[in-house]
Amino acid sequence: MPDAIRMTFNVDGDDFAAAGTASSEVKRALKQLGMPPELVKRAAICMYEGEINMVIHADGGVASVAIRPGSVEIELRDRGPGIPDLELAMQEGYSTASEQARNLGFGAGMGLPNMKRYADELKIDTKIGVGTTVTMVLRDRTR
Amino acid sequence: MTIRQLISRLSLDVLAEGASYDAPLRGCYIGDLLSRVISRSVQGGLWITIMNNLNVAAVAVLADIPCVLLAEGVEAPDELREKCAEEGVFLLGSGRSAYELAAAFAQSQS
Repeated sequence: MPDAIRMTFNVDGDDFAAAGTASSEVKRALKQLGMPPELVKRAAICMYEGEINMVIHADGGVASVAIRPGSVEIELRDRGPGIPDLELAMQEGYSTASEQARNLGFGAGMGLPNMKRYADELKIDTKIGVGTTVTMVLRDRTR
Repeated sequence: MTIRQLISRLSLDVLAEGASYDAPLRGCYIGDLLSRVISRSVQGGLWITIMNNLNVAAVAVLADIPCVLLAEGVEAPDELREKCAEEGVFLLGSGRSAYELAAAFAQSQS
């Protein structure tokens, strides 16, 4: 089995306009590698939500993606404020996004719920004042 | 209905040219909250919105939306037009409301 193809992105924290750049690049790479469209779509959504969360809540972070035959692993690591109540954060419609972020169409309170829905595995390690690491694994469901 | 037919039947302004005027539109979604759009929109469909910031282009690309329609006369900043053109996404405009546009889209399909 070939080793994983890895991609790493520094996600800029104060640049709302550029948010989504890393996700677009990952989507392009997955398409070029011939991953199934169903997996590409789910990975694009998960990656986008993670990227946006880092921009609007954590002043940026690092996104690492490992692509293997039949699976994609996404790790999003930030040094943001941490998530005080994870159960609440997982609820659809709950958001702590700023007014500025909401005016741009963010803050629907669908970020973590979307990740949960579209990833096959979701792990969130968060510590107040230290940061949050979100790990998602997506598998080819057609295999 | 193709994008070309949509533009002519609904008298829309072309703010940025996408990949193909002959691409068929497979449905329609109306929304301004990006997380909802990215998960609920129709792949290969039309997206009607009043959001006009650069993230609209990113969401369209990620959700496989070939055509974005700005309703209610919302202006398209140059950076959004350029990004859409670069990514091959049509950016269209109209002074009508999202409801009127979606209704007209549905009616002219039959």
